[in-house]
Formats: sequence, structure tokens, C-alpha cells
Amino acid sequence: MSSTKLLMTFPVSATSHTLVEYRERGGYATLEKVLRQMTPTQVNDEITASGIQGRGGAAFPMGRKWGVIHLNDGQPHYLCANADEGEPGTFKDRWILENAPHLLVESMVIAAYALQVRNAFVYMRGEFDLPYRRLAASVDEAYEAGYLGERILGTDVSCDLVIYRGAGSYVCGEASALLTSIEGRKPYPRNRPPRLTVRGLYQRPTVVNNVETLANIVGIVANGAQAFRAVGTAKNPGTRLISISGHICRPGVYEIEVGYPWSKFIYEDCGGVRGGRQLKAVIPGGISTKVLTAAEIEPLHLDNQEVEAAGSSLGSGGMIVIAEGTCMVRLLQVMLRFYHHESCGQCTPCREGMGWLHRIIDRVVAGDGRPEDIERLYQISAWNDGTTICGMGDAAGYATSGILNKFRDEFEYYIDNKRSRLHGNLECLASS
Amino acid sequence: MKDLVAEFDAIRARFPAGFDSSLVVPFLRRIQEDRGYVADSDIDALVDYLCVPRIQIEEVLSYYTQFRRKPIGRWHVQACRNVSCSLLGADRIVDHLTQRLRIRPGETTGDGRFTLSTVECLASCGTAPVVMINETCHECVTPQKLDALLEALT
Repeated sequence: MSSTKLLMTFPVSATSHTLVEYRERGGYATLEKVLRQMTPTQVNDEITASGIQGRGGAAFPMGRKWGVIHLNDGQPHYLCANADEGEPGTFKDRWILENAPHLLVESMVIAAYALQVRNAFVYMRGEFDLPYRRLAASVDEAYEAGYLGERILGTDVSCDLVIYRGAGSYVCGEASALLTSIEGRKPYPRNRPPRLTVRGLYQRPTVVNNVETLANIVGIVANGAQAFRAVGTAKNPGTRLISISGHICRPGVYEIEVGYPWSKFIYEDCGGVRGGRQLKAVIPGGISTKVLTAAEIEPLHLDNQEVEAAGSSLGSGGMIVIAEGTCMVRLLQVMLRFYHHESCGQCTPCREGMGWLHRIIDRVVAGDGRPEDIERLYQISAWNDGTTICGMGDAAGYATSGILNKFRDEFEYYIDNKRSRLHGNLECLASS
Repeated sequence: MKDLVAEFDAIRARFPAGFDSSLVVPFLRRIQEDRGYVADSDIDALVDYLCVPRIQIEEVLSYYTQFRRKPIGRWHVQACRNVSCSLLGADRIVDHLTQRLRIRPGETTGDGRFTLSTVECLASCGTAPVVMINETCHECVTPQKLDALLEALT
């Protein structure tokens, strides 16, 4: 792939994640430069000038989020890396946690300096095993080497980093729920305003950034905002880590420059659809983004602006490829079972709506669907849109209406004939 | 929980002052690591140690899916059945496990060896289908691979 790389810049080996090898690649030199030569404001300015957008799904400009923090306001600030990675289809942050954990640690210490944070956290989903062990070992190494703790590198800057492991909950990936979880409570998302950068963890100003977003800090500060802006598009600079899965020949995590041609990515870089089948549809960025058909993605580039103009989003970069022959009714059933399972129960439209959606789709799949069920699914999706505290109500609605809009005929057939037109297939067995 | 107090003191020291409430989740995780589940006596001890309301601990335990209030089998077999795993045969994997272990998801074998669960997305979609056994994630599993794995677990 000819695209520029900013994160996957080294060959992965059994030891490439260690401090020794990270330092051989120039690791922690940027932290040293920042602490000795730059003011927190200069770091903030550099991040704002880079124009980097959040990589966790919402694409919020990092500089604007940071800009809300008032330095010298006399209260503690907190920084949290969001390593919850719960959006189905997304496994890109795992790549950083497993292969470049020190890049995250160094980036976070720089961020902590810029935001005047004494205590930083990494909130990691409870199911992560190797990513946890790798990051925990790196944090220990960093303390040992004086990159974390009291008086970092002999300066008067101090920062502590704690890895906080979740215990199984999708909603914790939402920033306010994540903070409530770190407070040791049931993770109900919070209403805004106030923004988390005003009242976050224990009511103190808190910045929550995705792991991939944070990991870009070292590069931005080392090479300058202009160098970062030279990659990607004018509105969305830099690269994206795309995790691709489903019916694809070469699944995995790829780093692409924003604006990379989508078809080229799927057919050349990832080897095309499994079993030599035709492409039916693609879920662009985690299952909460609307599905796009093969024809729709054909002319597009991997740039959030273009994908949004096409009615979807690159979301968290969790791309799922769906081959011709896949039953979209059963696929929606899998998604709705998930949303129902994960609704935290705080807001009525989501708590009840997810159950209704799930029961209706179960009924359709069992062959007991009613003609009005399609409209019901639409209606419940619309009721959820914008009526819940966090985005989960909207997300389930997008997933539902996205599939219904494009594959309504499959649902009509299933309800009329009490069976799937595609034999209920989800798995893509070798081409026969 | 008593024998974990020294370890808890060490964890507590890593958190900023005033963050005692935050310690509920890590301490419950640690307790469960030892006992396999969280007993009533653990809750009593934690309420005393952290001075947090009992209801907070009960809520956390009942909300997060990884916490258990009852013992389970020695080997917890968790099969993902979210979208990417489903597209690569999660249904077949769950069926195979059900037949081989002769239990349904949510049940434990009579000899106390295995508990079978279905779970949602373990963030290993690129190596689907995945099955997690205790802390270890097994990727690109097939019925044959699972048979070999289960055979080795006593």
C-alpha cells in the first residue's frame, strides 16, 4: 500500500513493543523535547493547528476539546484514554495497545503536561487480556525509566498513570459513562451540558480521548502540525486505522491515509471478498453506522466527509464486509440482540425500544412476522433518535433503518413466506 | 477478602486521594479472580474497607456482565456471537459447544468443569470466530480446534 504511515511505522516482532526497541525507534525523545523546550500552551497550539479529529467515532476536533480546559484554574484536571473498544467490528486500538503501548504512554504524558494533568487513566475493557498485560508492563517500564511518576526526567513535572479495567459493558465506551465507571459506579451516561471538559471525573475538568487519537500526539508534536496536515485531506488530516473483518480475504488492522480509495482498499489491500463472492454491502465504521451497498461505496474515498455525504460515517473505523448471499434479516437480528443486551436502562426509549426491536426481529426470523412489522421497526427507530442521553438509542436506530432502507425486499419476502430468501445464511462458505 | 488487604492497600496508593469509590470495580475483579465469584461476605468486607454504600457494590455487581454472584465451572467457555463472528460461523461454534459439552449457554457441566456462555464482541473481529476460555482468547476457532482445546482442560 502506498499510503503514508504515521502509526504503523515499524515491523512488528515479538519484542517491538518493549521500551528498549521503542527507544531505538526514537521513543520518548519527543517527551524530553516537550518538557524541556515547550510550554503547555505551545503543545495545545500545535494540537489545535494539526486539525486532528477524534478517532473513536464522533470525529470531534481534539484541539477544540482540549481548548475548553483552563490552565491555571486552580483545580485538578484529569485525562482518560478511552480503550474500551466495544463497538462491534472495531479492534484497531488493540493494535496500538499490543504493539505500540509506549507510544500511547508517551503521548499521554505529553497530553498530561499540556493539560496540566497530574493523574491520567487508561480505561480498558475488561475482556482485554494481552492488551492489558502489554500496557501494564509498559507503564511499569515507564515508571522505572522515569517517564512517569514524580519529577519526570528531572523536571518539576509529575504524572501518574493508572490502567482501569472495566467489567463488561458496551455503554462504557461513551465518554461520560466511562467516567462514571471509573468512579466505581453503574455506568449511566450523563446529560450535557456541562461538558466533561468542564465537569468530568468527580466533577473536575476531564479530557477523554480515544487511544488512536492520543497515539498521534507524539508524531504531531515531533514533526509539527504542518507535517501532519500534509497527510490526509484538508478537512480531515492524518491517517486512520481501519480494522476490517467479516467476509474479507485478508482481515486485520490497516493504516490508510484519509481519502484513500475505498474499492482499492477492499479489493487490492484486503484481497477482496472471501470465496470469490460478490460484495453485497459494507458496514463502514462499527455496527452503529449505516450499512452501504457495494454500488454506493464504489466511487467513495475513506474520508468521513464523503462517507457522511453518502448517508453513513466512518465511525470508529470498524469495517465489516458482507458478501452476496448473506441474509440481512438475520444479520439485523444479531445486531438488535446486541443492542438489547447492552442498553443500560437509564432512558425509557432505549430500555424499552431495544427490547421491542429485538422481540419483533426475533418474531420475524421465527416466521411469525406480521406485515406491519417493518413499519414498526422504522417507527421505534425514529422514536429513539435524539431522545436518549447517550447516542446508543440513535445508533440502534441507524443500524435498523440503514438495513431496512437498503434491503427492505428481503424483510418483505421473509414476512410473506415465513422464511429467508437466502436460507438464513450468515456464514460465507467457500464458493460452490 | 481479608487476605487481599495488603494488595488492596497497594492498589489504593496508586489512586489519587479521594478516589476510594473508584476502587470498587478493581477490588471486585480481584476478589472474583481468587474465589471465582463474589460472595456476600466479600461485599460486607468491602463495605467496611472502602466505606462505600452497600447499594453501590450491589449495583456494580448486577450491572457489569463479567461479575458473578455464584460459582461457575473451572473453565468458562465464552463464545462470541456478534456480527463479525456470526459472519464466520459463530452459530456453528455455539452449536458444536452445546453438543460436545451437553449443556446450553448459561449452564455448567455436572462435573463442574465447564460453564458455557455466549458473549457480545471481544474486539477480535479480524480473527473471528473467537472463543474465550477463562482469560485467554482463542482466535479463528473451528470445531476441531475447540475439541483439541477442551480435551486438554481438566
